Amino acid sequence: MPNGNSNGSDTGAVVAAVLARHGSDGTRLMQILREIQEETEWLSPDILTRVAEGAKLPRGQVEGVAGFYHFFHTEPLGSYRVLWSDNITDRMAGNADLMARMCKKLWLKPGKVSEDGLVSVDTTSCTGLCDQGPALLVNYRPVTRMTAERVDQIVDLIRHKTPLAQWPAEFFHVDDNIRRKDALLGADFKPGDALKALKSPQEVLDAIKESGLRGRGGAGFSTGQKWDFCRAAVGTGPHAAHYVVCNADEGEPGTFKDRVLLSSYADLVFEGMTISGYVIGAKKGFVYLRGEYRYLLEPLNAVLEKRRAAKLLGKSILGRTGFDFDIEIHLGAGAYICGEETALLESLEGKRGVPRKRPPFPVTSGYLNQPTAVNNVETLASAALIAAKGAAWYKSIGTPKSAGTKILSISGDCERPGIYEYPYGVKVSQVLADCGARDTQACQIAGASGLAIAPNEFGRRIAFEDIPTGGSFMIFDNTRDMFQVARNFAHFFVHESCGFCTPCRVGTTLLANAMDKIDEGHGGEYDISDIWRVIRTLKTASHCGLGQTAGNAVADTLQKFRPSYELRLNVRDFEPAFDLDKALSKMREVTGRDDPGAHFHINHRKSRSGLGTKAGEPS
Amino acid sequence: MSDAKTFFLDEEEIPFEEGQTIIQAALSAGKYIPHLCYHPEFKPHGSCKLCTVRIDSRTVTTEDGQSVKIPGRAAASCTTPAQAGQHVESEVPEIQDLRRTLIQMLLVEGNHYCPSCEKSGKCLLQGLAYDLGVMDPHFPQYFSKREVDASHPDVLLDFNRCILCELCVRASAEVDKKNVFAISGRGHTKHLICNSESGELGDTNLAATDKAANVCPVGVILHKRHGFEVPYGQRRFDKAPISDNPAQYAPVKEQV
Repeated sequence: MPNGNSNGSDTGAVVAAVLARHGSDGTRLMQILREIQEETEWLSPDILTRVAEGAKLPRGQVEGVAGFYHFFHTEPLGSYRVLWSDNITDRMAGNADLMARMCKKLWLKPGKVSEDGLVSVDTTSCTGLCDQGPALLVNYRPVTRMTAERVDQIVDLIRHKTPLAQWPAEFFHVDDNIRRKDALLGADFKPGDALKALKSPQEVLDAIKESGLRGRGGAGFSTGQKWDFCRAAVGTGPHAAHYVVCNADEGEPGTFKDRVLLSSYADLVFEGMTISGYVIGAKKGFVYLRGEYRYLLEPLNAVLEKRRAAKLLGKSILGRTGFDFDIEIHLGAGAYICGEETALLESLEGKRGVPRKRPPFPVTSGYLNQPTAVNNVETLASAALIAAKGAAWYKSIGTPKSAGTKILSISGDCERPGIYEYPYGVKVSQVLADCGARDTQACQIAGASGLAIAPNEFGRRIAFEDIPTGGSFMIFDNTRDMFQVARNFAHFFVHESCGFCTPCRVGTTLLANAMDKIDEGHGGEYDISDIWRVIRTLKTASHCGLGQTAGNAVADTLQKFRPSYELRLNVRDFEPAFDLDKALSKMREVTGRDDPGAHFHINHRKSRSGLGTKAGEPS
Repeated sequence: MSDAKTFFLDEEEIPFEEGQTIIQAALSAGKYIPHLCYHPEFKPHGSCKLCTVRIDSRTVTTEDGQSVKIPGRAAASCTTPAQAGQHVESEVPEIQDLRRTLIQMLLVEGNHYCPSCEKSGKCLLQGLAYDLGVMDPHFPQYFSKREVDASHPDVLLDFNRCILCELCVRASAEVDKKNVFAISGRGHTKHLICNSESGELGDTNLAATDKAANVCPVGVILHKRHGFEVPYGQRRFDKAPISDNPAQYAPVKEQV
């Protein structure tokens, strides 16, 4: 077995050891399940029962958690679990052909386990490696820059059951690709710089407020105000406490700046968390690290150890009595929704990642219902710099309403994809010029839930007052089909909806199905009107931001890139989603008949090329 | 009472007590707001979204003298606290149309064959669909494959009709203290599960008298040997539409 473990009689011992390591604490269920699965490859019914008994949780709850996350398996998936990143940028780089090649060589169908139980190949949502795609995860370790040659090598390694540890190291190499540094990435910062400059918690809070720092996740709430609310809130119950949470569940398609910050600037992030803890009065912080970044766990823990040794974490930080703070890394398991802060908190408590009702807000009732400040990775890194260098310095960068810099993750059609840091206010056209984009047809900014902009908008600026973004910046040149971009995003949301509320659970599926129907040449004006109806329902009635924004990409492309839809629309108002002639094919096969009488003739289908015929026009 | 707090529901003044949500206050005052996952005996859930309302829309006059309505925020009235003076729109065309769409979404997601369903005539989904004038499911059917679980001696589960309101989950956890039901999967794969290693209801400790066995608003949790007992014309919603008696959905007042 590649992991050197078997799913045999020692399962009970594995479960017992992992439970013991976590004190059988039900709030640590996510970590318990992940650590067990790393040993046993999948979570069998028996394992779920044992975990439930050990953690004193209803079995249904444990099964429900295991069933929620994409990276937990309640059915065996093979010793080698290959997941191809399926973001639109991976598609543009040719992932579909490469995955088909891999499946063919392994005699596999996507999503199915090989007969010998050795391997399964499937797709997953964006893995945060768009600057070096097509990418895949094999047993949750990223492999970048896939080529046909690399596919063949991997197939050989799998066939020969070569343990992952013996695979060529360059397969797993992940580049930072930092192309432009500014105030944050270019800062001269040594671990402890911000902590050494600390004054009273109130003074630090005032500086954060004065700096104008706003949340980098995209929503742009004032960080100082958030910390102020959290600091003022009172913990409840016998375990009253405040918490700091770093949201490193970077799941928005096309975003990978947190990956780079955590790979090469972890000290800055951890120092920001420590300062946040100092201000709000928290002794404990969590980094919620997305499951796709599992490979960063050990390096990050090593940084934490170094910081503890240097008295930058732990008890009496830098000799200050009463200043105690430590950080723990919590690993996610493949659920985009956990980037939503209340879903993240649920997940952190070992539950299904379903967004909570608000109010109450996390600042008053967050992790374990205690006051909690949830901040983006980049926000915390910026906070550390402000604490070290002062509010005035920071405020002088950017625009009056958007202080500081923004890190963009640039991918798609350009010469130099990677990480670019700009002062807020930079024009889209400037960004495009810097990364070597040519003949650009569109930019998708802020990811699948963000904004598709056309060339007449390239004079717009990256700033909270114009285009706010978490950092995703995907470029599409004139050869790309914007309909397919939107269709890819529509499917992304089907996969990532938590399913809690009706409009999102059903609406995302109806939207993707309608896009597929159009793609297959069965769409008409009727379908476009249905799409609008679904988008309105999603926007109005969804429980959280995921559903509310799930229709954005389709809405934007329908408005700005309408010809890409028109090309595919049928001339008729309505066309059913199935093909009557195709439906008869099984009968033809069974009866051995293929004469004209065995076919359903639709003459108009032959005459319709789709090209040049506008929907609604008489044919 | 001079100090009673009130808000406006479709321009009608509704009194409320501190801590009540909009739907609780409305139902207590005899005003019906459509809902499926809300139940007067349980903590609000906010998942079906049928009770969505618009709050505090305003009309402004533009420079050229036109009146323009700026829509207020939409919110589930079961999880939104009532606030003094707020204006809530419920029975307005836009919101009723939204509700019809949500009903249609639920109708295509599951397999709802009303004529052959034992719950017909007393099913909240069916009753609400009739009340809102839903004439068809509109969207393409999923035709989802859902198994039936007949393993329990007294209770049958027909998952075909599950609308994922989680009332049985809540009833079993909060009232029966048994946790017989839970939710697994996510998105379109979200589904109801039973608390047993086999996954079968027969291997749980559910009793036919449990609250969880008697709270299903649709025809998922059915009692065996009790099908079609009430003749057509005499079933619950044959006699009066679902919206006819809002008081039956009003929160149960706690005895002081």
